[in-house]
Amino acid sequence: MIARLRAGPASRRAIPLAILLAAFVFAPFFVNDYLLTVLILILYFAYAGQAWNIMMGFAGQLSLGHALYVGLGSYVAATLFTHFGIGPWLGLLVAIPIAAACGAVIGYLAFRFGVAGVYFAILTIAFAEFARIGFDHLDYVNASSGLFLPVKQYAHNDLWLLRGDPTMFYYVILAATVFAFVLCRQLLHSRIGYFWLAIREDEPAARAAGINTFRYKMYAVMVSAAVTSFAGVFYAFFYNNLFPEQVFSISRSIEIILGPIIGGIGTLFGPILGAFVLTGLAETLNAVMGAFGLDLPGAKQVFYGVCLLLVVLALPDGVWPPLARRLGLSEGKQ
Amino acid sequence: MPLSVYLNVAVGGVLTGLVYGLMALGLSVIFGVVRVVNFAHGEMMTVAMYIAIVTFAWFHLDPLILLVPIAAVLFVFGYALQASLINPFITRPEHSQFLLLVALAIIIANTLLIIFGPDARAVQTAYAYDSFQVGPVIVDAAKIYAGAAAIVVTVALFAFFRLTLLGKAIRACADNHTGALVVGLDVERLYALTFGLGAACVGAAGSMLVLITDATPMVGPGYTLLAFVIVITGGLGSMPGALLGGVLIGVTEAIAGLLFTPSAKSMFAFAILVLVLLFRPRGILGKRPA
Repeated sequence: MIARLRAGPASRRAIPLAILLAAFVFAPFFVNDYLLTVLILILYFAYAGQAWNIMMGFAGQLSLGHALYVGLGSYVAATLFTHFGIGPWLGLLVAIPIAAACGAVIGYLAFRFGVAGVYFAILTIAFAEFARIGFDHLDYVNASSGLFLPVKQYAHNDLWLLRGDPTMFYYVILAATVFAFVLCRQLLHSRIGYFWLAIREDEPAARAAGINTFRYKMYAVMVSAAVTSFAGVFYAFFYNNLFPEQVFSISRSIEIILGPIIGGIGTLFGPILGAFVLTGLAETLNAVMGAFGLDLPGAKQVFYGVCLLLVVLALPDGVWPPLARRLGLSEGKQ
Repeated sequence: MPLSVYLNVAVGGVLTGLVYGLMALGLSVIFGVVRVVNFAHGEMMTVAMYIAIVTFAWFHLDPLILLVPIAAVLFVFGYALQASLINPFITRPEHSQFLLLVALAIIIANTLLIIFGPDARAVQTAYAYDSFQVGPVIVDAAKIYAGAAAIVVTVALFAFFRLTLLGKAIRACADNHTGALVVGLDVERLYALTFGLGAACVGAAGSMLVLITDATPMVGPGYTLLAFVIVITGGLGSMPGALLGGVLIGVTEAIAGLLFTPSAKSMFAFAILVLVLLFRPRGILGKRPA
């Protein structure tokens, strides 16, 4: 019945979605380098937020340590590249099982022993912090002095090795974001997605209805971790430098999850809209502060915090659900 | 290394751990009653540390004397915060509360950054380099005072919850929210009071901590995490548990810093947390299963 309810707005959503996609595809022809970098950042957070949303938005498991999977993805791919000359796409094939396995370990420990809610969230932070300090002392990846990818001038874009200009990176992350969107949509409308929603809404009831909640929560963590790991691979090859202090830090985890929460948790457009709102806000603040010649460290973040506060006070469900209702594009009660 | 070195480090760890425990107690009290995870806990502690540092710099008032006024300031801050912003959020989902408190944490930390700049600041008391010797053990005077003060504050709080009617009312709210409403308790005011008390613990802990370590505007998240680890290790809702957890983590970090490298010490705190969550999820002294 839910599927039939959704069928209505779905067709109406197709046209705006196509326009949005077209706008993204043609954007690099119209924007300057700075705006292109901002767009890459937005898509990066949209992608990572979408990945996190699988776990929290769909299955209701709050992870505050998603930097762990980003960090693993980036370190695995970067290490393979610098030590063995193995390209990022093959590296991704290694990073995905590693991230999924780590997610599985955390999930297994938590779900087997009945660690849930806030305790589960703190367990995820603990693992991310554990990894941060661990990598900080791991000499094989240069410990705290950081891992650097060789940067050369490339005559042409090498998509296979992910070496090239920002436009190439833009299309890579755009493709990834579209992939994540489609994947999430398919998951939501499949058996596994309905099981996740059931677990999110009422776990004992889901179990009573015969759903193996342990198994499906494990799937949620593993899929989310696997999808997130690509964000790490992209991060490593886009920024070309990695410091455990940065990639694994708790503030990275928070950055990832702010987007979907602001945008609207459990929705497909929430992570994308949230990334737009937050990155747009941060860059606007930058520009405004720059225009007024204010160069006070911290001032931008204070405004950012105040804006977050106002959004969470005014829009408890995030920006997308009320906006979707107004536009008649509601995804249905998810 | 001779045994006395380990003993010295362990005793230092115990005393630092008591201060950590007091800070964690604040988190435990707030979560135990209000059921909101205070993600701005470390930032509130940073505020207390900076008040102590500034007052010391201006008036040369000893942090030990400042403990009471700073706790009072933080109490008012916590009360106002709960009454104005957090009370409307107690029925909202966890991620919504999380966002609210993260936003607060960002605002607090960066306001401190604007005012004080990024450099580390500390308090230089007259007794900063004094120490006591008991047998083979040499202990910093500052750490002894800090640890003792932490115990005094904890005992006072414990007495408040056990012996006063107000404390009983707060415990009633924690035990049964609906029941407390039914018997006519002003739950929102009691929540505000609880948050204030939790903040006061942090205030006291912060004013003690400046005797032991220095402060930068960005130390907050580290202390928030530390408080989580301690509270879950010791047992949520258990006041002796928070102190015990603090001591355990304090000693573990001190010994790990000695045996390995100081920068890796928190790894062991997290390892303890993981072990506790797995084998005794309610914490060492926790009463009810989590």
